[in-house]
Amino acid sequence: MSRNISRISRRVFLCFGLLTAGMAQAQLSIEITGAGANRIPVSIANFAGDAALSRIVVGTVRADLERSGLFKLIDPGSVGMDENSPVDHADWKGRGADALAAGSVVRGADGRLEARFRLYDTQKGVALGGMVFVTDTAQLRLAGHRIADFIYEKLTGERGVFSTRIAYVVKSRGQFMLQIADADGQGAATALTSTEPIISPVWSPDGSKLAYVSFEKKKPMVYVHSLSSGQRHIVANFKGSNSAPAWAPDGRKLAVVLSKDGNSQLYSVNVDGSGVQRLAQSAGIDTEPRYSADGAHIYFTSDRGGSPQIYRIESSGGAAQRVTFEGSYNVSPRPSADGKSLAFISRREGRFQLAVMDLSSRQVQVLTDSNKDESPSFAPNSRMILIATEVGGRGLLSAVSIDGRIKQRLSIAAGDVREPAWGPFLK
Amino acid sequence: MKKLLIPSLLAALLVGCSTTPLPEDSTGAPVESRTGGTGVAPVVAGGLDASGLPRELTDKNSPLSQRSIYFDLDKYDVKSEYQGVVANHAKYLVANPSFKVLIQGNTDERGSREYNLSLGQKRADAVKRSLTLLGAKEAQVESVSLGEEKPKNAGSGEEAWSENRRADILYRAPDGRGEF
Repeated sequence: MSRNISRISRRVFLCFGLLTAGMAQAQLSIEITGAGANRIPVSIANFAGDAALSRIVVGTVRADLERSGLFKLIDPGSVGMDENSPVDHADWKGRGADALAAGSVVRGADGRLEARFRLYDTQKGVALGGMVFVTDTAQLRLAGHRIADFIYEKLTGERGVFSTRIAYVVKSRGQFMLQIADADGQGAATALTSTEPIISPVWSPDGSKLAYVSFEKKKPMVYVHSLSSGQRHIVANFKGSNSAPAWAPDGRKLAVVLSKDGNSQLYSVNVDGSGVQRLAQSAGIDTEPRYSADGAHIYFTSDRGGSPQIYRIESSGGAAQRVTFEGSYNVSPRPSADGKSLAFISRREGRFQLAVMDLSSRQVQVLTDSNKDESPSFAPNSRMILIATEVGGRGLLSAVSIDGRIKQRLSIAAGDVREPAWGPFLK
Repeated sequence: MKKLLIPSLLAALLVGCSTTPLPEDSTGAPVESRTGGTGVAPVVAGGLDASGLPRELTDKNSPLSQRSIYFDLDKYDVKSEYQGVVANHAKYLVANPSFKVLIQGNTDERGSREYNLSLGQKRADAVKRSLTLLGAKEAQVESVSLGEEKPKNAGSGEEAWSENRRADILYRAPDGRGEF
């Protein structure tokens, strides 16, 4: 319990920092363009307690589960049920719900809110567990995301990502804004506004910072930006270009690409900018490094063989192994957190599409039918991949499940959205 | 500030105009050169422009105002038609060793942003190599890339793309004023 409370209070602090950096006017709107085949039928009852507050929590839970494409929401009727209401399992089973959640949101004497819920397996007629969140009005949706994560994990066996956040860049009216939003696109806040481009944002493993490339000084430099304080510093400003940051899993170092010694080449640098060391050497371009989740390998793009392909080295150095072989343009490697898959962008007949490789079998599957996919980013549960794509000449984000069956689009009416980065699980 | 006068003075002397430099804040018409088969390159003098650079670098009648070098698709070498442009800038850098240039390489929009950044770097590096081969000092020239991020032509299609496969030369005067 105390663990959950500390999680919430930390989140409150984080969001405060973002809010002071300026709220975004533009919200991401989401459109689901596909759904899984065998959706789990689940019913989320109207919670008891404060009706308005309950509606926010329940609405968030239902929207999260629905959007995931893995659940089919069963109409619970209008009767409110709290976490201790008796449950007629046979009745719910009869209505087609394999699982049921009920709960309450109440305002305590000190003004704080308590959101409680319990999840039931109606097939077995047992409770699967519940939680209590102490929160405030501003954080009610987060409580909803947490409840949805709990339900997702209990029913699918995998961790949910509803309470995680995403970063992306919006280009609107000549301005570039680095924004942070909840994984459902709500609650967007602007961390950085610039008249010059911002690319390649990546989350630190603890989710407190972003590294990115900013062109605000007429050339690309790598920055690290603390989200709660807004403090930022330059990590790499060497002669030539500085780009493509990737966090080492321990959060102490970054792999970066520097052209200071000639071609674009891979280096590692401490987060404070000290201790630059070369990671690999080639006569061509080496770029887009990404550490495997266990830190053992670095995947990267190189044209050392004549066309851009994905290679990997051991992060301690050594010879490079080629990873992609099909086609003449395979770039932007992103290993999944579970170590099983590699997402990348593959050019097929002039079209740039999201592909995923099963790292044990080396089988490649193209997941989209688009023309201009870029910058894939895995959800921390390795189940979805967020990409930038283009529809009707406008940049938008798309989330695609690793089997390609579920697709969601996130767009902003006011501008182009690009360079998505899915943040880590909240600690 | 004093140093800044030197290039203007030199230019004025070269074309045989008055040796009295124009005041630095002059915004009047530039002094036109008079060439008459003397084999002397025409240079436009006339103080400094708004960015603090000698007008011969920015006046559109001066060959040094040509700052863009265009590249073919998937090509990263300076085409023969642009060798003259690069040579003009090399000559200026040799004559004005305290001036610096930033070369920004660019690509079209297709493909990975970071890979394009590296390809734009190759274009900027090619221009830098030509400049230094022609006598510019290593310390005078920095080559960087903007990748696909700053298209000159925001459209899609070959016409726009060919305008965006480009390297641009930006100048900085010894007093730190200039274009970067």
